[in-house]
Amino acid sequence: MATPERIGAKRLVVGAHYGVGDFLIQRITAIILAVYTVVLLVGVLLMPAMTYDAWVSLFTFGVGGLPLGQVLGTLAFLSLSWHAWIGIRDIWMDYVKPVGIRLGLQVLTILWLLGSFIYFTVIIWGA
Amino acid sequence: MSNSAKKPRRQFRNINVVQLLKYRLPLAGRLSIMHRVSGALMFLLLPVLILPLFAMSMSPTGFDAFVAVASMPIVKIVFLVVIWAFLHHFCAGIRYLMLDTHRGLDKYSAQKSAGVVFGASLGLTFVFALKLFGVW
Repeated sequence: MATPERIGAKRLVVGAHYGVGDFLIQRITAIILAVYTVVLLVGVLLMPAMTYDAWVSLFTFGVGGLPLGQVLGTLAFLSLSWHAWIGIRDIWMDYVKPVGIRLGLQVLTILWLLGSFIYFTVIIWGA
Repeated sequence: MSNSAKKPRRQFRNINVVQLLKYRLPLAGRLSIMHRVSGALMFLLLPVLILPLFAMSMSPTGFDAFVAVASMPIVKIVFLVVIWAFLHHFCAGIRYLMLDTHRGLDKYSAQKSAGVVFGASLGLTFVFALKLFGVW
C-alpha cells in the first residue's frame, strides 16, 4: 500500500526502465534519419545531372581523405536498424501473444536487420 | 464481496478482422495504423528489394541496367508504393515528435494535424509520381 510520502515525484520507481530508453532511442534515431534524408535530398537537388559518378559520390564522398560519405551512411543505417528493431518488436508484442512464436519472430527480425546492415555496408564501402 | 464472486468478470478481447473492417477510426487513428503499415512494409522490402536495387545502382556495371529496370512501368508503380510508405512514415513521424513535446495534443489540433500529414504525404507522393512518369 502506498504511503502518502511516496506519491508524485517521490513515488517508489520499480522496473528496468528499458521502455523509456527505447522510446527515446526511437525518437533520436528518427531525427538522425530525417536529417540524413534531407541531406541526401539536397545532394540530389544540387546535382548538375544524374550521372553514375554523381550518384555514387552522394554516398562515398570524402573530405580531406576521410570517407565521410560512407561513415555518415553507415551511422544512418545503424540508426535505421535500431529504429526498425524497436518498431517491429512493438508490432510482435502487440499482436503475437504466444511467447515462443514471439521470441522466434524477434530473433528473425534481428537477423533480418543485421543482414541488411551488413549488406548496406558492403555496398557503400565496396563501391 | 459475495456478489462479485458469483458474476464472472467481463472479458475484453481484441476485435476480430470482420469487426475491424467495419470499425470507424478517427483520422488520427487511420494515420497511426498507416504509420505502422508503412514502417512494416519498408522493413520487409529492405533486404529483398530496396538494397538489391541500391546495390545495382551503385555498381559501375549495374547502373545502366538499373536505369533500364527503373524505366519499366510496373517497377515505377512499385517505386511509388515505397516512396509513399517513406513519405507517410516521414511526415507522420514529424507529427509524433511534435505530439511528444506536448504540442497540439488537444482533440481538435490532433485531428487537424492528422489531416495535414495525409495532405502533405499524399501531395508529395503525387509530385514524385509526376516526376517518375515523366509528366514533369
